[in-house]
Amino acid sequence: MENRLQLTIDGRTVWVAPGTTVAAAWVDLHAPAIRRSVAGQPRGPLCGMGICYECRATVDGHPHTRTCQTPCRDGMTITTDR
Amino acid sequence: MKQFDAIVVGGGIVGAACAEALAHVGGTVRLLERGHIAGGATAAGMGHVLVLDDSDAQLALTRIGRSLWTERWSHLPPAVERDACGTIWVAADEAELEAASRRATAYAAHGIEAELLDAEALYGHEPRLRRGLAGGLRIPGDRVLYPPTATRHLLDRAVAAGAVILERTPVQRAGNGHVDLADGNRFEADLVVIAAGLATPMLVDVPGLVIRPKKGHLSITARCPGLLRHQLIELGYLTSAHGDEAASVAFNLQPRATGQILIGSSRQLDDNEPHVDQGIVARMLARATEYLPALGNVPIVRTWTGFRPATPDHLPVIGPVPGAPRLWLAAGHEGFGIATALGTARLLVDQWLDRQPTIDPRPFRVERLSATHRATACVPRGAPECAAVPDQDSPPSPFAA
Repeated sequence: MENRLQLTIDGRTVWVAPGTTVAAAWVDLHAPAIRRSVAGQPRGPLCGMGICYECRATVDGHPHTRTCQTPCRDGMTITTDR
Repeated sequence: MKQFDAIVVGGGIVGAACAEALAHVGGTVRLLERGHIAGGATAAGMGHVLVLDDSDAQLALTRIGRSLWTERWSHLPPAVERDACGTIWVAADEAELEAASRRATAYAAHGIEAELLDAEALYGHEPRLRRGLAGGLRIPGDRVLYPPTATRHLLDRAVAAGAVILERTPVQRAGNGHVDLADGNRFEADLVVIAAGLATPMLVDVPGLVIRPKKGHLSITARCPGLLRHQLIELGYLTSAHGDEAASVAFNLQPRATGQILIGSSRQLDDNEPHVDQGIVARMLARATEYLPALGNVPIVRTWTGFRPATPDHLPVIGPVPGAPRLWLAAGHEGFGIATALGTARLLVDQWLDRQPTIDPRPFRVERLSATHRATACVPRGAPECAAVPDQDSPPSPFAA
């Protein structure tokens, strides 16, 4: 897997091309939600430009990270709150 | 019960409280709102239900307001997000702790529970506050709620008692027992109550009635439960809140039922534009993280502005317009409309029904703001030029002047 980055998303190993955002890597999984609203509704990436805050997840232990603004790095661990 | 028709203009929390109270004493109530319910200052504010002692009148009104919320607290629906978290006024240094001690004495004199905290006790309650603080004053009876749903709840109760709510119904002008709508219709009633906040002076002809917008910013964080337990306010808050500085910020945090933290506060007197001022927000957030450093790691998900309806003496106007006994005002609550909405409605209904009012109504009268009555205006305690001036137009009051 030359030139690919390895991530762990909710325990699953995922390979992505360099330059991929975490939000894009998550979208590739076709998961129903990346997090839940206060009222328990599913939420996922919406604006793609860091404004709407809907795509937040815990990245390498940092909660509330906007995944659309976070480029993947090799070895990254992402935990969603869905 | 006495039967009468009433029109309430304004669907913020004060109008909603008045509509509810009037409907429950036998009034046939119509509430007219130009936009949607709780769409103005009510939605923009923090939702604190707290006692404040900037003046004797403010203390009386916030105290009765808080106690009326407290009476019905356990019956509020979940959507109101009630939280009996209490307030801690944080003292940064010995001088502020002295001020806290004086306030504790004043509160005790009015039967308001207040606990003076030394530094150790302060950190026992709120371990994440920065080191080096002197202590604080804990007010366990203070509360927090979510104003838009609280307003909706009051209106649901009003409707259950027969009130009718008309949204998107702008009023152009109000007079003695009537309102003229923007669409040309006129509604008449035995009692018209204007609870339209900043718009109030545009609706009525009351010389000297001034309600100015005092712009504020608020930010809310992502969910980060457990960072704090109480509403926290710096003791310099009242100085900041009522100072004459063009722009000021004061440390004020609220833990919300969702696990989020609401961050305030700012005040600007001469900015009437609703845009977010990044410089003010930066100052406000710097103040917040100075007191609670852990906040620096929590993202802000939204920032917004709102306009407090402020009268020159920081007290609302509650009562009839001079010369128009069927036109009443309930407006100008500045930043304390949530805390005082039920108290305002009680004071209004007591006077409308000629019942003995629960608190002295005189400091809130409309005529105190008109130019000819300037000398008898109720100003904050400690203003010697006014303290001894009798209210000459008033009949003897059962309350100590």
